[in-house]
Amino acid sequence: MNIQRLLPGLTGIAFLVVIPVLPVPPFWITVLNNIGLASLVTIGLVLLTGVGGLTSFGQAAFCGFGAYTTAVLATNYGISPWLTLPLSVIVGGVVAMPLGLITVRLSGHFLPLGTIAWGLSLYYLFGKIDMLGRYDGITGIPPIELAGYRFLSDGAIYYLIWFFVIAVAIGARNLLDSRTGRGIRALRGGGQAAEAFGVNIVRAKLIVFVFAAVVAALSGWLYAHMQRNVNPTPFGLSMGIEYLLMAVVGGSGHVWGAIFGSGLVIILKELLQRFLPSLIGTTTNFEMIVFGILLVVILQLARDGLWPFILKILPKRPPKPIPTSNQKLPKRTLALAGSPLIKVEKARKAFGGLVAVNDVSFEVPAGRIVGLIGPNGAGKSTTFNLITGIASLTSGSVFYQGQRLSGDSPRHIARHGIARTFQHAKILPDMSVLENVALGAHLRGSAGVFKSFLHVERDEEATLLAEAAHQLERVGLGEYANRPAGDLALGQIRILEIARALAADPTVLLLDEPAAGLRHGEKQELANLLKKLREEGVAVLLVEHDMGFVMGLVDHLVVLDFGTLIAEGKPAEVRKHPAVIAAYLGGAA
Amino acid sequence: MDAMIATFLIQDGVTSGAIYALLGLALVLVFSVTRVIFIPQGEFVAYGALTLALLDSAKVPATISLLVFFGAIAFVLDLWSMRRGTDGRTFLRSVGLNLVLPGAIYGLTTVLAPLDLPSFVKALLTIMIIAPMGLYIYRIAYRPLADASVLVLLICSVGVHLAMMGLGLVFFGAEGLRAQPLSNANYTMGMLMVPAQSLWIYGATIGIMIALYVFFERTLLGKALRATAVNRLGARLVGVRTQLTGVTAFMLAATIGAVSGVLIGPITTIYYDTGFLIGLKGFVAAIIGGLASFPITAIAAIAVGLIEAFASFFASSYKEVIVFGLIIPVLVWLSLNNAFHEEE
Amino acid sequence: MTGNLLELSDLHVSYGRAEVLHGISLSMKPGSIVTVIGANGAGKSTLLNSIMGIVPSKGTILYNGASVPRSVEERVASGLCLVPEKRELFATMSVEDNIELGGFLRSTSERAETREDVYTRFPRLAERRKQLAGTLSGGERQMLALARALMSRPRLLLLDEPSLGLAPKIVIDILNIVSELRKTGVSILLVEQNARAALEIADEGYLVELGEVKLSGPASELATNPALMESYLGTHA
Repeated sequence: MNIQRLLPGLTGIAFLVVIPVLPVPPFWITVLNNIGLASLVTIGLVLLTGVGGLTSFGQAAFCGFGAYTTAVLATNYGISPWLTLPLSVIVGGVVAMPLGLITVRLSGHFLPLGTIAWGLSLYYLFGKIDMLGRYDGITGIPPIELAGYRFLSDGAIYYLIWFFVIAVAIGARNLLDSRTGRGIRALRGGGQAAEAFGVNIVRAKLIVFVFAAVVAALSGWLYAHMQRNVNPTPFGLSMGIEYLLMAVVGGSGHVWGAIFGSGLVIILKELLQRFLPSLIGTTTNFEMIVFGILLVVILQLARDGLWPFILKILPKRPPKPIPTSNQKLPKRTLALAGSPLIKVEKARKAFGGLVAVNDVSFEVPAGRIVGLIGPNGAGKSTTFNLITGIASLTSGSVFYQGQRLSGDSPRHIARHGIARTFQHAKILPDMSVLENVALGAHLRGSAGVFKSFLHVERDEEATLLAEAAHQLERVGLGEYANRPAGDLALGQIRILEIARALAADPTVLLLDEPAAGLRHGEKQELANLLKKLREEGVAVLLVEHDMGFVMGLVDHLVVLDFGTLIAEGKPAEVRKHPAVIAAYLGGAA
Repeated sequence: MDAMIATFLIQDGVTSGAIYALLGLALVLVFSVTRVIFIPQGEFVAYGALTLALLDSAKVPATISLLVFFGAIAFVLDLWSMRRGTDGRTFLRSVGLNLVLPGAIYGLTTVLAPLDLPSFVKALLTIMIIAPMGLYIYRIAYRPLADASVLVLLICSVGVHLAMMGLGLVFFGAEGLRAQPLSNANYTMGMLMVPAQSLWIYGATIGIMIALYVFFERTLLGKALRATAVNRLGARLVGVRTQLTGVTAFMLAATIGAVSGVLIGPITTIYYDTGFLIGLKGFVAAIIGGLASFPITAIAAIAVGLIEAFASFFASSYKEVIVFGLIIPVLVWLSLNNAFHEEE
Repeated sequence: MTGNLLELSDLHVSYGRAEVLHGISLSMKPGSIVTVIGANGAGKSTLLNSIMGIVPSKGTILYNGASVPRSVEERVASGLCLVPEKRELFATMSVEDNIELGGFLRSTSERAETREDVYTRFPRLAERRKQLAGTLSGGERQMLALARALMSRPRLLLLDEPSLGLAPKIVIDILNIVSELRKTGVSILLVEQNARAALEIADEGYLVELGEVKLSGPASELATNPALMESYLGTHA
């Protein structure tokens, strides 16, 4: 481990450890405890909202489940808090499961509205149930005990709270920095690319949803035993909004930003509650005005939050070394050159009355490059989507080695070794080039959430990253491995997509306009790479507009116009075909 | 439950449903034109009701200071965006809209408030104070975010809601107020006793719906708003400015909010934070209408009012849980029908 | 003063980090039809969008001898009008309303006058004025897009692929309408993939390849230039 990389973190922990020993006012410790409790919820929210793109205003309700579970069990049934800890967390997770299954299916802006709805409903529910003490809540919750020591004072529970905060933060980082995490991070871009490489989108969303709920429940458990009483107020919608504010202020994509954002908002709240009344002359809590304005201003001026500014001030951390691995990932055996891999049979796609693909049939054999060309709107990209399962066939079928693909989801089709690139490149600009490529190797690993959270899947992870690095070298982007993918030029991004497809160990490669935006020399290199893949036995289906590139490369051309196949054959024959010339240049009017 | 109670509940439900319908329509209007999910809609209701209540007791409502305050901020923002040079017309328009207009309303209100005005005039004055706030809120909070995603705009709305609710607390205090009805008369229709205020509510709701219909179907500006909702780029290409439609939508929303406040103020006690809950019920209706359909929203709003009325009779303590829980299945249904529009 | 209606010099357009137009220069005289042709992805639509102000560009755009106004709306007011590739009609509104909105920036009397002219020019649309725009056929939609554009009383029409997705017979109809329009004094910058048909009605032509002007000249000369064929269908392998 590189000590320089760990330095900022270790400094932070040392700082937290010594604070209670220093002669600081006890009030500070109370504030730090509140920051810790909020940080737990906000870390979950950062994963859910900032990374996964699922905005939730309802997180406070999950704190409520954690807090009420332990409050009822420890107070009414005398169960030890250490036993209620797993129970609180499990209740949070169990409630999140069905709620998440519904919520993550909500599309676009319906999702946050849904969280507002259940956030409100659950708050009212807490206040109506007799067992939970209605709006009065539950008092006299026993403190946590460890070997006879009772965590009564703020200073005592302080270490417990911050132990959990640091542990959860590190776990969250580990999770993001893994195979599962890449799937989660891919959600934000719409998830279409991730799905094309076998990521189960609904499952990835559910994972972050349950994770966020579980850490919120943990925060609730700690809160109940720190406060020693609970009532519905801190679990209502306004607290849920405050948690979201913390995530937005911190910078909703950064785990450490969550702690920073929580700290900033809570300290601000304390200051406002102390000084604002004397400023305006009344004693009501006015912090919501400031919070509201703060939220609007942050969105207008620094949509990525304030943490990125802190990162700029902090000394730059050296990049992580690219892992090497002596284990090799297993490779598929490729079919004999010339044997048919993909067979499209009378494929038809109609959107309402418009027939985008009209009974098109062709084959893509192993070890061959097939070009799919035609003027704008001819149905090329739709044909791609029909093969990869993004669009469903109206009639006809698509086969892979005689096996019917039609009706399968993109991620099932990906399992056959069918990998693709997209016409409008779908990369994750904030993720490194290397990680983008590693997403392609998703199906070649198996580690799940728990292994990732605990950081014990490192061998497998190293092999996946080493494979990704190998593919990057192969396409000539090796030197950019650690750069954010958004830094690349358009042409390089297309090449990055090819590397990602190669990381899936494909038998069939579908490339949608790979040469667009490439310079002449780069096109040459791409052509050489594709020729090499052909020699290895990979089948390539290519949509491309640069005819110079296509004509010199492909073995076979399929020409579409208005969704109909108008010509097929060797390049030299096809370009003389009168129907093709008319389709491209227009009939002599 | 006998027929008497049932008719009473129905009447009660339709009355609140009519208010929810107005709010729901405003929400659909704002969303379809600007893509803003306008959470603070309910604040206009609270502001309206509280302003009217203060005017009733011949006090100068604090909302006029708020209006001047909003105008001043909008003016400062205009100045900032004009820092690299501007023409005289733009500058004068900004002065007029952001300084003169709120100043005039401020002056007018301070003169009129102590007089014993007829309730109808007080209602109009209230609407006049609240309506321009829509303009300033748009200018201050949303216009700088015109290119942002629906999600960012939604989070922004939550911020605006917090700030406006807090300002409501500052200016009106934590005490609830109740305005006087526009008329104290009661009418009996068979066994039913209908207070005149309810008739005002039905009349205003229907009136506003007709006015909106005429505006959208018959006027060029109304058509431009619809065009923006249907196709943003198309609207820009015929010369419809995004700001023009945005300002219009927010002004209309604020006006509708103020009218709702004037109507609801006399039938229930309004606190600074009541508006939010009322607005959310309009939201339930707007969401059922897919944030797109005016007629479905109006019908759904009546249904929400009825469900609420009956829920408060049969399971009064679970009233809110039932009303807000209702959205979830609707959202699921909408999402299933929308499954292919995941990317924005 | 050159007397040109439109003069672009060294126009660059980038999407994010990727530059798609690398310094385009082009000029057109008042009353002329100029066509910009080239294969898919050459940057033709981007060129029109940047003239309209929908995408930001670097370089100078002189319109009518002066710098073009900043916002899209001001450009519409000054007589520029784009008929975009996807038409961008108001699908759930009637034909009549679509046409009406085309004249949003004009006075009521100007609108009334142009409306009459537009309905005479497109009798098909007059028959269908109550129909929703979304229910029209492809050719009718293109006519409606043209009609809506004419309502703004343009001096320079920017047409993006008016023939796209239309059957060959309708393509001829549409292009005939376009060349008719010139007689009313409107200048037209026409982007087309259907190169042969476009060159037939145009005075001047520009062949754009990968964001650069490859060839330019009188339309009749360009039509017979072998470079045109190569640009579309590649050189001999």
